[in-house]
Amino acid sequence: MNTKVDTEVIKEPSMLKQKDMIAGNYDRLTSTRESGEKIVSTFVPGNLNELIMCFDMVNNLPETNAIQNGLRKQSGAMIMDAEKSGHSEDVCTYVKADIGMMGRGNIAPNGKPMPAPDMLLLSYTGCFTFMKWFELLRHEYKCPTVMLQIPYQGDGKITKNMRDFVVKQLKEEVIPMFEQVSGVKFDIDRLREYLKNSAKAEDDLVWVLESGKNKPSPIDAYFGGVYYIGPIFTAFRGTEDAVEYYGLLRKEVEERLAAGKGPITPEGDLQGEKYRLVVEGPPNWTSFREFWKLFYDEGAVVVASSYTKVGGLYDQGFRHDPNDPLGTLADYCLGCYTNNNLPQRVELLEKYINDYQADGLLINSIKSCNSFSAGQLLMMREIEKRTGKPAAFIETDLVDPRYFSHANVKNRLESYFQMIDQKRSGASLAAA
Amino acid sequence: MSTAEIIARCEALYDDLDFTASRQWKEADPDRKVIAYMPVYVPREIIHAAGMLPLGIMGGGDQLEVIHGDAYYQSYICRIPRSTIELGLSKRMDFVDGMLFPSICDVIRNLSGMWKLMFPGKYVRYFDVPQNYRDDVGGNYYVNELNELREGLEELSGRKITDDALRASIEVYNENRQLAMDVYAMRSREPWKVPSADVYLLMRAGLVLPVEEHNQMLRDYLAAAEKVDAPKRDNCRVVINGSFCEQPPLNLIKSIELSGCYIVDDDYMLVHRWLQKPVSTSGDPMENLALAFLHESASTAAKYDTQEEDKGMFLLEQVRKNAAEGVIFAAPSFCDPALLERPMLADRCSEHNVPYISFKYAENSGQMQPIREQAGTFADSIKLWS
Ligand code: SF4
Ligand code: SF4
Repeated sequence: MNTKVDTEVIKEPSMLKQKDMIAGNYDRLTSTRESGEKIVSTFVPGNLNELIMCFDMVNNLPETNAIQNGLRKQSGAMIMDAEKSGHSEDVCTYVKADIGMMGRGNIAPNGKPMPAPDMLLLSYTGCFTFMKWFELLRHEYKCPTVMLQIPYQGDGKITKNMRDFVVKQLKEEVIPMFEQVSGVKFDIDRLREYLKNSAKAEDDLVWVLESGKNKPSPIDAYFGGVYYIGPIFTAFRGTEDAVEYYGLLRKEVEERLAAGKGPITPEGDLQGEKYRLVVEGPPNWTSFREFWKLFYDEGAVVVASSYTKVGGLYDQGFRHDPNDPLGTLADYCLGCYTNNNLPQRVELLEKYINDYQADGLLINSIKSCNSFSAGQLLMMREIEKRTGKPAAFIETDLVDPRYFSHANVKNRLESYFQMIDQKRSGASLAAA
Repeated sequence: MSTAEIIARCEALYDDLDFTASRQWKEADPDRKVIAYMPVYVPREIIHAAGMLPLGIMGGGDQLEVIHGDAYYQSYICRIPRSTIELGLSKRMDFVDGMLFPSICDVIRNLSGMWKLMFPGKYVRYFDVPQNYRDDVGGNYYVNELNELREGLEELSGRKITDDALRASIEVYNENRQLAMDVYAMRSREPWKVPSADVYLLMRAGLVLPVEEHNQMLRDYLAAAEKVDAPKRDNCRVVINGSFCEQPPLNLIKSIELSGCYIVDDDYMLVHRWLQKPVSTSGDPMENLALAFLHESASTAAKYDTQEEDKGMFLLEQVRKNAAEGVIFAAPSFCDPALLERPMLADRCSEHNVPYISFKYAENSGQMQPIREQAGTFADSIKLWS
């Protein structure tokens, strides 16, 4: 059943703004040899963009490069290149896509080669693979590398010891290395200014994400959500551009809400929201459009997702705090979703199902990602037990097209939607 | 006692998936408690000083039928967490009072949270270690983590862990480390006298027995092995790398040797040799444990190498010290740490003209023929070209 009404797809101002921002950053990255700017590569979770800006360095995120290559259907060949050169078929495909990209000249989406990074900031936040990934890059680039270890919240809390450890590393390892590579002296007041911008943008982002609580939801918090988190999770948090972007986005969503509109899809506005889902796990990028279509064709809207929290749990109250610049960076890193323990993750998903009045939980389990995936089957059972709502499990990969089976995913989703229907008719029978 | 008798006892312990020896230890006194731990390292001294038994859990091996565990994991995740869950759900670990999950990879990390959800009421701790090796940075953090562990165990046992008790425990584990290293050194010297399966089983026994008993066992074995009269074979000498977590089946270890390779060093059960030098028994015991971790610990893929130049140096040193002629990279399927590390280590080997081969296994791998052939060809090529 197709619940959507086709309308002309208009690019909203926020979309155009984001497109310009991303293109601008790639242009900056690919012209550093002329401009003399220095590049630092780092990861999305625990991304310290405000700090990077204090040293006038350009932020390069290999995960987003892999995503770009996935969306352009180029990652498959890159992964195979990496496997041919000795990387195991068993390991994270982001790493292999990155290594394969390097082998093909590191061509950015603007068609120009990306210069080698001047520094690697290994923010070891919520994923073991990060550590090996940057050791592998260091092995190739032989460039200065600094590790920022972010202790995992094993007991579901951030202790003073963890926080002190992160702050100390920032002071004694990370900032000195930045100063050395960039030649720019650290200015904490400059950091404060960026952090103020971050908090402003975060307020608007949270408003947008929470609009999913409305019925119908004016946003899709997964397929749309990955665009909404783009600027704040990457090279723009702390910038005026990000503040402007989130202001625009919020205004657009406010208008959609007032007009009673559903989320935007690649084929126009979704009308007639039929299923409200919470999704756990990252999306598949190589067949992103096809994957999304399987949802909107059935009137399924994702009202909340965990993937949109990998770069910060802003909706749970965290804001960057200019009054405690280094402490807040520590809290930020320590609080990212995949740095939360399994019981915390279960609680959060349970809360989303209740707060967003969802019909159930869908887990997209990613072959590459042990950080997300190990334990998801137990999480699913727990959520079902605690909420009484049905849950479903699909398996895909991030950027390896070999692990996306359209037919399997479609079948799974169809039976899941039937399950929700049955649950509903059971509930209405019981109420009658 | 002969080596065969000692090894027969070790093998019985290895085969016993109900951990009867550890159960019996606990049953002897109602105040006793058992704390299990997973690979790759925990400071067992602290558990010991609390009057508790540290129990190493290395998964279920190839004899455990995994009935429930598979329902908790996708096909692309290694086997050790599923067999460990099986051990838990089948009540084989019901006598265990707490469990430590070292910071080694995201699978074990997440298993710590699963354990909390599945076995509420048990003491569960994710045991974090520093990846920063400066005394005042990673060292401080680690000392505080050790003290949190100490407090957690004190709460569990209802009694204080004194510094003196810690120093005494460090002493007994220093002895254990030395004896384990002596066994390894003896194998390296005379591998024909000390088969790798023996070394392996001896170390496995150390996971389930009280350390004092294990020390005696190692002493007995060393003495008995001196008297062994076995023919020296024309085998090549190899170092095994990548097997620090999920363990290969015993048959795999035997197969490597049968195919013409003497294993002269390995990274199975590193916990016994993680701290490579004796830990000081004077001064603050927690600081001493921390300093030993920072500056004297073995290397695995689960550790960060601060400098690019350091990568692979530990392995190359193992090769050099043991006069090894090659490296076998043997990693569990789907093991991110080992498999991500491997290309870097392989490059180092190539740079230093150390031949190597690679394969993957699972703890329940049954087919040994391909591995035997691969290792056999490797041994032949080494002999041919050396
Ligand atoms: S394992 Fe997961 S979190 Fe880590 S790099 Fe890969 S996809 Fe990202
Ligand atoms: S075998 Fe490897 S991936 Fe599996 S739990 Fe052990 S270290 Fe982690």
